[in-house]
Amino acid sequence: MSTLAQPLVQGRTSRRLRKWGPVAIVFGIGIALWQWVLPALGIERYLLPPLSDVLQAFWENRSELLRGGWITFKEALGGFVLGCSVAFGSALVLARWRPLGSALMPYMIAANAVPIVAFAPITNAWFGTLSPWSKVVIAAVLCFFPVLVNTLRGLTSVRPESLELMRSYAAPQRVVFARVRIPNSLPFVFSALKIASVLAMIGAVVGDYFGGSTEALGVQIVSSVSLAQYETAWAAILVASFIGIGFYAVVALAERLVLGWHPSIRAGVE
Amino acid sequence: MSSNDAVVTARGISKTFGRGGVTALQDIELEVGRGEFISLIGPSGCGKSTLLRVIGDLVEPSTGEILVNGKTAHRARLDRDYGIVFQSAVLYDWRTVAKNIALPLELMGFDRSTRAARVRELMHLVELEGFDKHYPWQLSGGMQQRVAIARALSFSPALLLMDEPFGALDEMTRERMNLELLRIWSEIGSTVIFVTHSISEAVFLSTRVVVMSARPGRITSVVPIDLPQPRTVETREDARFFELVTEVREALHAGGADAVEPEPEVTA
Repeated sequence: MSTLAQPLVQGRTSRRLRKWGPVAIVFGIGIALWQWVLPALGIERYLLPPLSDVLQAFWENRSELLRGGWITFKEALGGFVLGCSVAFGSALVLARWRPLGSALMPYMIAANAVPIVAFAPITNAWFGTLSPWSKVVIAAVLCFFPVLVNTLRGLTSVRPESLELMRSYAAPQRVVFARVRIPNSLPFVFSALKIASVLAMIGAVVGDYFGGSTEALGVQIVSSVSLAQYETAWAAILVASFIGIGFYAVVALAERLVLGWHPSIRAGVE
Repeated sequence: MSSNDAVVTARGISKTFGRGGVTALQDIELEVGRGEFISLIGPSGCGKSTLLRVIGDLVEPSTGEILVNGKTAHRARLDRDYGIVFQSAVLYDWRTVAKNIALPLELMGFDRSTRAARVRELMHLVELEGFDKHYPWQLSGGMQQRVAIARALSFSPALLLMDEPFGALDEMTRERMNLELLRIWSEIGSTVIFVTHSISEAVFLSTRVVVMSARPGRITSVVPIDLPQPRTVETREDARFFELVTEVREALHAGGADAVEPEPEVTA
């Protein structure tokens, strides 16, 4: 048993190494470029400070940055939950009453092309500059369209025979949605949620740029730059990035748990 | 056969798609008795799948009357009087094999233990024991189609509608599935209406073969199949089998059905 298991474990280790080795090497090269090569090329500090200075600035300001990150993340999360739920609900309504859907869809697509962050100063006027709601709303609007469009596609791209089968069971629409359309839409929904998680963070940070509680991460980036504290600004950007990546990873993990049956997931499973 | 024993009675069924469009079915008269195995055969566009869907109340006829179990087709569908199997298995990818089979029972409100018992019986009937926890993608095409058959039989409908269920399978698998279908049919004793464009499949399976022709879709002849039951591998080598295959082929040609698709080549 153990003699059999040994080469198996080795095989797995070498496979992991092959998979993650290149990733680690690229990461190392990136770090080295940032830390040593760019300063050696004479890139000025205000353009891009060396990594070690950024890390030091993070360490010195860690409590403000992490608190700011938490505030901005809460704005992003609020917008994500709000925008995605409204989008999912709207998609259900539009898929259930198709004439309504086809009447509204061109406007949805047109609205999707509007640069939504352009509304950020307006939402401040609506909800007050210091209110987190102005940021939540921007994040929510950014999340809304990709989730709406993808969910609607998932709800409606059901094979005709699947629907005929449900019709042969004399299943009412409620059951067709619960048993066929919604499960069928989930891969589309999760693709959209992954996009939305990133957009929500962008929306919240950009919302901060137009004013907000001085503690919020986006506000800290703006004020650090205006005070020429570029290392701190970069540290705040790193914090925002890590929050964004973490948010995305959580959604991706949820996808993996929910969609165990789906080809895109099982392709990644060994 | 007395008329009140009929599972399906079609009188003067016509179906036109679109305004002044294609006549998919014209003046279809058909009576299917209890326990029969009827094949509908014909070239593409002869309306055989449409006729099956009219019987299942999935397509509404333009004119004519259709009775299933002595009721309107609509009433029969609401009463879940038939099970249906399509060319593709149409399994729900997010459900395990057992849950796919149990789906109609769930919709009909059977409790968990009844469902589990029935699924066990059906898994045995279609010889898929041990695959209950598998997902559809883990099964071969033939196994998926067996799941679809089990699902259609789960609520013991009096009528089984099959729309080219083995059309996507290779010849070897198809012949094995034919034998299995006949075994299941003899065990459960329900009536089967089976759409195919394989002449040998129709002759091998059926008690009667209904030959259709296209443009407009109509029934040109009905060939009774007097091969002895139960049918076995040897049936396909019987001289009578070849006579009947020839008879059906000639009926197809007489109906102007030179466009019958060639049977799939054996690739396995």
